[in-house]
Amino acid sequence: MNRADNINGPETLLRDGAALSSVQSAESNNLRHRCPESAVPPYTPAGGTCPRASDNAPTRRQCQSPSQSRFTVTRDQRTLTAILKTTPFHARTAPLVRAQTWRRWAGYQVASGYEPHPEHEYASIRNSAALIDVSPLYKYLIGGRDAARLLDRMVTRDVAKCAVGRVLYTPWCDAHGKVIDDGTISRLDERTFRLTSAEPNTRWLAMNAVGLDVTVEDASARTGALALQGPLSRAILQQLTNADIGALKYFRLVHTTIRDIPVTISRTGYTGDLGYELWVDAERAIPLWDALIEAGTPYGITPAGIWALDIARIEAGLIMLDVDYFSSHHTIIDDQKSSPFEINLGWAVSADKGPYNGRRVLRAEKARAPQWGFVGLDVRWESLESIYAARALPPQLPTVAWRVSAPVYKDGKQVGYATSGCWSPLLKKYIALAHIAAPYYAVDTPVSLEVTVEHRRNRADAVVTKLPFFDPERKKA
Amino acid sequence: MSVSFDVIVIGAGSNGLVAATALAQSGRQVLLLERANVAGGKSRVIEFAPGYRAPSLGIEGGWLPPPIAHGIRLELPGMKGPRIAASVAGVDGTMVHLPQDPSSAAEQIRRHSPRDAARWMGFTARIAKLAGFLEALYLLPPPDLDMRSLADVPGLLGLAKKFRGLGRADMTELLRVMPMPVQDLLDDEFESDALKAIIGATAIRDLRQGPRSGGTSFGLLHWLAGAPAGSVRARGAWRDRPDALTVALETAARKAGVTIRYSAAVANILIRDDAVTGVAITGGEEITAPIVVSTADPARTMALVDPVWLDPEFMRAMQNIRYRGCTSIVHYALDRLPEMAGSPDGVDALSGIVSLSPTLDALERAADAAKYGTIPHAPHIEISIPTLRWPSLAPAGKHVLVARVQYAPWHLRDGHFWDGATASALGRTVTQAIERVIPFSHSAVSVMTPARIEDEYALTQGSITHGELMLDQILFMRPVAGSGRYAMPVDGLYLGGSGAHPGPGVLGGAGWLASRRVLADAKRSPGGWR
Amino acid sequence: MTTPSSRYDAIIVGGGHNGLVAAAYLARAGRKTLVLERRPLVGGAAVSEEIFPGFTFSVFSYVVSLLRPEIIRDLHLPRHGLQILPLESTVTPLDNGDYLASWPDADANRRELARHSPRDAEAAVQFGRLMHHMAMAVRPILGMVPPDPASLAPSDLAALLKLGKHFRGLGSERFHALYKLMTMSSADYLDEWYEFDPLKATKAASGIIGTMMGPRSPGSAYVLLHHYMGEIDGAFRAWGFQKGGTGGISNAIASSARAFGAEIRTNATVERVLVKGGRVTGVALANGDEISARVVVSGLDPRRTFLDLVERSEIPDDVVQGIERYKFRGSSGKVNLALSGLPSFTCMPGPGPHMRGAFSISPSLDYLERAYDDAKYGEFSRNPYMDIVIPSMIDPGMAPPGKHVMSIFVQYAPYHLNGGWTDAKREAFGDTVVKTLSRYAPNIESLILHRQVLSPADVERITGLSEGNIFGGELALHQLFFLRPVPQWARYRTPIRGYWQCGAGTHPGGGIMGASGRLAALEIVNGR
Repeated sequence: MNRADNINGPETLLRDGAALSSVQSAESNNLRHRCPESAVPPYTPAGGTCPRASDNAPTRRQCQSPSQSRFTVTRDQRTLTAILKTTPFHARTAPLVRAQTWRRWAGYQVASGYEPHPEHEYASIRNSAALIDVSPLYKYLIGGRDAARLLDRMVTRDVAKCAVGRVLYTPWCDAHGKVIDDGTISRLDERTFRLTSAEPNTRWLAMNAVGLDVTVEDASARTGALALQGPLSRAILQQLTNADIGALKYFRLVHTTIRDIPVTISRTGYTGDLGYELWVDAERAIPLWDALIEAGTPYGITPAGIWALDIARIEAGLIMLDVDYFSSHHTIIDDQKSSPFEINLGWAVSADKGPYNGRRVLRAEKARAPQWGFVGLDVRWESLESIYAARALPPQLPTVAWRVSAPVYKDGKQVGYATSGCWSPLLKKYIALAHIAAPYYAVDTPVSLEVTVEHRRNRADAVVTKLPFFDPERKKA
Repeated sequence: MSVSFDVIVIGAGSNGLVAATALAQSGRQVLLLERANVAGGKSRVIEFAPGYRAPSLGIEGGWLPPPIAHGIRLELPGMKGPRIAASVAGVDGTMVHLPQDPSSAAEQIRRHSPRDAARWMGFTARIAKLAGFLEALYLLPPPDLDMRSLADVPGLLGLAKKFRGLGRADMTELLRVMPMPVQDLLDDEFESDALKAIIGATAIRDLRQGPRSGGTSFGLLHWLAGAPAGSVRARGAWRDRPDALTVALETAARKAGVTIRYSAAVANILIRDDAVTGVAITGGEEITAPIVVSTADPARTMALVDPVWLDPEFMRAMQNIRYRGCTSIVHYALDRLPEMAGSPDGVDALSGIVSLSPTLDALERAADAAKYGTIPHAPHIEISIPTLRWPSLAPAGKHVLVARVQYAPWHLRDGHFWDGATASALGRTVTQAIERVIPFSHSAVSVMTPARIEDEYALTQGSITHGELMLDQILFMRPVAGSGRYAMPVDGLYLGGSGAHPGPGVLGGAGWLASRRVLADAKRSPGGWR
Repeated sequence: MTTPSSRYDAIIVGGGHNGLVAAAYLARAGRKTLVLERRPLVGGAAVSEEIFPGFTFSVFSYVVSLLRPEIIRDLHLPRHGLQILPLESTVTPLDNGDYLASWPDADANRRELARHSPRDAEAAVQFGRLMHHMAMAVRPILGMVPPDPASLAPSDLAALLKLGKHFRGLGSERFHALYKLMTMSSADYLDEWYEFDPLKATKAASGIIGTMMGPRSPGSAYVLLHHYMGEIDGAFRAWGFQKGGTGGISNAIASSARAFGAEIRTNATVERVLVKGGRVTGVALANGDEISARVVVSGLDPRRTFLDLVERSEIPDDVVQGIERYKFRGSSGKVNLALSGLPSFTCMPGPGPHMRGAFSISPSLDYLERAYDDAKYGEFSRNPYMDIVIPSMIDPGMAPPGKHVMSIFVQYAPYHLNGGWTDAKREAFGDTVVKTLSRYAPNIESLILHRQVLSPADVERITGLSEGNIFGGELALHQLFFLRPVPQWARYRTPIRGYWQCGAGTHPGGGIMGASGRLAALEIVNGR
C-alpha cells in the first residue's frame, strides 16, 4: 500500500540519459556509454554507409512528427501539452524536413537534417553559407550593478576584459574545478550580458548570485537564434544590414536591423568557419528567416541540420556537452568529470583574475601537467583499408558523425577513448576527438583506435593531432 | 592607522571569551571585538525597566565543562541550584514539584502516580548515563567520516572507551533513544501527564518542534549533559549573580592579555587570495590579522564575507541552516511576590522553573501553531522569579518575573509580522496565561520578541541556539556538512560560536574547540605562525 | 487431534508475501516446508479479491516497485505469473484549478515542472541523482542481516567493519547527505531543493505513507528514501501495477514456492507455537491439530510473533518490554470504488493517458501537515491525503468492460481513533474521502456503484496486521535496522530456539520487498 510519487521524471534521466539540452543526448542510456539515436559506430557493417535510420526508430521517447505530437483532448491548452517544444523558426523549418529526420535538443524538436543525407548541408558550411536553427541554446540576460561580478565569479575567464560589443567563450566550473557547462558571454551594453549555455543554468546562476545585486532573466524562449555559417555568410549579411559586417571582428557583436527587424549579430559559431549568429526576438523570427533565405539564395544559402553541424564542429575541434564531456552537475562518479585542462580549455582558465569557482584547484592543476588531454586523432587510411581488406570489403564510411565511446590503445594498453568522430569530407580524413591519458596525449604520438568491422573488433592506427583539424584563415579574417 | 593582531575574535559571549583567553594564553596577540557595550552575549543582564534587571535570554546558568575551565585556568564561580528544579501546573491546577534530589522527587511523584515514582530513580539514572556520553563527546571535535587528523585519535579512543563503558545494552539504547520523539520515550515510561509534560518541555527547548517530533529525545539528553544527577531540567545557576561566569571569564581574558573592545561591530571580514587578512569595523577602521574566529552565528558570520570567495554549494548549505527562532522572553517588574509564592514550596518553585503546560499535548498544540507561522492561543510558558535568588536585580522588596515563551515563531505568515501590536498581543496572552495559574500584578512589562532578539543580540531569525538543535544540525553537521570542524572554507576563518559543535548550552565549548583547531592548524602550516 | 503424517523441517506461520518468499527459499534449499494461512487465500496484505461481482480489487497494497530483483530472479517469478504493468504518471490537482503532473518522458516532465518553477525543473535533475546515490548507499544495507553494534561476536564485528567500509566508500559528501536523509523531515529536506509547494507536497507524501508522521516530522525523509529504493535496480523502472492486482504477486510467489516443493495450506489458523524446553516443536492450529516441525517461522508482525503466538514466559522480560513499546500506530485507510465510468478531473477533464497514472491529492505541505494534525489528536483527517489509481485503466480485466475500479489510499486514518472505529465512523470516513475527491473530480459521486471502506481496524481484522500498520510497525529511525523490531533480536531469530521471524516487522521493513522473508530464510539455511 505504498508508492513513491511519480514526480521523478527528470530524475529518471539518470537512467534515460544525462541531460536533454545538448544536441542528441536525449536518447542516451547512460553517461559514459551512450548510444545516441543517430550515432553510427565507427564503421558500420557492410552496406551501412548511410546514417542509421534510427531517427525514426520507435523508441519510448520517440520524437513524433508535428501532427502527432500534440495529444490535446480538451478545451484547455494546458492539458497534455506537446512533449517537445518547437523553435520560433518551426513554421519555416518543418516543411523542409522532408524525411522527418527530427531529433531532440534541449526539449525542442529540431531537424537532424533537412535532406536524408547531410552532404549538401555540410558542404554549404564550408563552401557557401548554411543557415542553422540554434534556438534551443539556453540564453540568459544578466543585468544589474553586479552583473559582471556574478559572471566573473562563475566562469574561468576574466569577464572584466569583456568590453561592450565583445563576446567571450568560456567554461564554468564547480568548486572542485570540474566543468559544469560552457558557452558564450556577450556584453550587450555596460550592464547587460547574455550568457548562452547547453544546459539550463537558472539555478546555478541564482546560487552564484547570492549576495550580489543582479537580475537574471531566462530569455531562452523569447529569443530565436540562427547561425549563418560559411564563406559567403558575410556577403549575404552585408546585403541586409547597414552595419559594417566586414568590420565586425571575430568574437564581436553589433546591434542592427535587418528589414526593420532588430537583431544582434555576433561573429561567432560552432563550425570553425567564417560565420555569424543572429539573435532575434522570437516574434520576429519568421521574417528574419525569410529575409536571409531571400537574400542568401543567390549565394547558395542552405538550411542545415545538426548532422552537418556535427561534422563541422568535429573538424573544428569544438567540444560538445554530454558527448565529449559531462556536466559535473550530472555525473554519477568523479571519473566522469573533467577539468577545463582535460578538455582542451586550459587556455580559457585565467591565471590572474580574482576569485571564481574552482580557482584554488585549477591553479594547482595548472602548476602540474593535466592527467588527461583532449586531442584529435587522425586515423590512418591505410590501416583502415587493410582491416576492411582482411574481410574482403572496401572501407565503409559513416556519413554522419558518431558519438559512441571508442577505446584508444597504446602498445596494447588502453590509454583513452574517443568520444566523437566522423569522416571529414573536406580533409578527406577519418578523424576523431579523444581523451588520452598523460603522457600519450602529446602531438604525433602513434596510438590505435578500436573499430568494429563485420562484428569484430580491430585496432586502426592513428596519430595524436593538435586541434582543430581545420582552421581556415577566413574564420578570423 | 593600521593595527595588527595575531587573532581577532568576534563576539564576547562565553565562546568568544574562552577562545580569546585560550589563544592569548598560548602566546598570541588577541583582539576581542564585541558589538554591544558589555560582555556576556545571550546571558548578559539587562535593565528592562528602570531599576529592574534580569538575565536576558536565559535564566539558567548553563554548563561550562570543567576541563575547559581547567584548560584556561579559570576558577568557576560557585553554583547553587534551586531546591525545586522544576514544577508544572497540572490540568487541575495543582502543582507538581520536582526537587533536584531524585529521591525527594520520587517522593513528590508518588502523590500523583506510585508507578511513576517507582520508575523515577531508574529513569533519571538511565538518562544521566546517556547524557554522560554527550558530555564526553562535547569535549572533542565532532568525529567525521573523513577524519584524518591523528591528533584526534586518542580522544576518540577515550570516547570509544567511554561509549563501550556504557555497556552493551546502553549503547544500543543510546542509538535507539536519540532519534525518538520525546513523547514516545516518556509514554513508554510514565503515566502522569504532568510529569511527562515537564520533562518534555526540557526536550523541546528553543526548537520549533513539539514533543512528537523525532529527535526531541536527543534534545532532552543535550540539555541534561552536565546537569546534576537526577535533574530532568536545570543545570543549576551561579550563586552570587546571574552573570557571574561572564565576569569571571572577562577577568580571565584580560589577565591573559586579550585586548577587548566593546561597541565595535565588525562590518567585513577582509580577504585576499582565499585567506583572511583582517576585519573592518563599522566606521571603516581596518584591523589586520591572519586569523579571525567568529562566535557570531553562521549566517551572521558569512554575511561578513564577500560571497565571491565562497563555493555556491557551501553558500546553499549555509542558507539551508534552519534557525527558526521561536522563543520569546517576557520580563515583568513586580511590586510584590505573587500569592502562590507564600508557601515554602511556592517560593522554591518560583526560584526554579515553573512550567504552565500541563500535558505533552499542550506542548504539541502550541508547536502546531508555529508550524503554520502563527502564535498559539495557548503558548508554552515557563516562569521564574530570579529575584528570589538574586534580590539585587530589583529595588528592595520588589521582584522580577521572567517568562520564557514558546512558540513565538520568528517567521509569521499570512501578512503578520513582529511589531509593537503583535508584541503587546503576545504579552497580553502570556500575562493572562500566568494569571490563570498564579495571580500576580506587575508595574512594567517588556516583551522580547524573536524579532527583537534578532536585532538586539544579532541572532539570525531570533534563534538563541544559532540554528535549531535537531539531529541533522549537530555534530559534524554543525554548522553545515563538511565544515563541522571549525575551519571555514576561507583560510584563517574559524567559527567558534554555538553554531558549531557542541552547540548552545555548553558554555565555551565551541570557542574552546575552535581555539584548539586554530593552534593545530598553525602547527601544521609550513610557515608556522604567520 | 490428528497426527501429521510426516514432520516438517519448517512451518511458516502466515502466507503473506514475506512468509511465501521465506517458504520458497526454504523449499529451494531442500527443506520440507509448510505454509499455514488463516485466510482462504494467500497474500496477507497483497491480495486481489473480487469484492463486488465483476470488480476485482487490490484490496490493500496496490502498487509495487520495492520487490527485490534478486527474489524475482531466484524464484523465477515472471514464469509464475509476475507481470508488472507501468504506472507512469502522477497528477496533482491544485487548488487554483491547475495541476502538477509528472510524465514518464523526461522532456515532457521538465517542461511541466518548468511551467511552475524553472529552478525546480533544474533542481529535479540533481535531486534525482542524489536520491539515486542515496538509494545505492542504502541498498547493501537492505540486503544485509543487521549486525548488532554492541556485540563482540566475530560475525557482527566483521559485518560492522564491512558497514564502516561501505560508509567510508561513500565519501563524506554522500555520507552527510545520507545522514540528513535519515534524520530530517521530508518537508525540510525538500525545502533545501525545491520552491514549488505542490511539488514538495507531492514528493513529501511518499514520506508520510504508512507512518504516524507528518511531512514536517523529523524522520519522514527516510520513509521518502524507502520509497525510492525500488527505482535503482531497473527491475520495473519505478512503480508498477501487477496484472490482475497485487494478489498476482503473492500468487506468483506461492506458485514458485510450490514448484520448489513447499506445501501451502489455507484456512489454517495457527493458534499457538509449541515450545518445549526453550525450543520450538511445532504449531497448534485453531481446529486442534498439532503439526510438528524443527523450525517455525512467523511471518506475522512482532506483537503477534512474540506476544500472541507463544507463552510470555518463554520470552525474557526485557524483550517483552521492547516489543510492547514497539510502535505500530496504523495511520492509513483504503477506499475501493466500483465505478460505472471514468471520473473526470476538473484540472484535466476527460480521458487521456493521465488516467493510467496516479492522482495525488496533495495540494500543499500545509494540507498534508494539517491532515496529520487531525490524526495526532485521534481524528481521521478532515481533508486527507489520497493516492488514487484506476487499475482498470491499466489492466482492463479488473472491471467489466466500460466500468472501472478505483483504489484510494488515504492518509491519515489513525488506528487509535477517539471513541474507536465503529461502522458509523467508517462510513463517515468513506464519505469524507469521496467528498474530498469530488472537489477535484465532481462527477465521482454519480459514478459510484459500490464502495468498500477499510479503516486500520479493518486492516487489522482482515489481515492480522497489528493496529493496521501496513509496514508491520512504524518505519521510524528508532525502529530500523538493528533496532527492528528490538535490539539484539533483529537478526530474524527469537529467544526461542528454532522460532524465527520473517515479517515486515524485521529489517528492512514493509512495502512488498520480500527482503525480510528472503534474509530470514537464508539465515535459517546458513545459520543453523
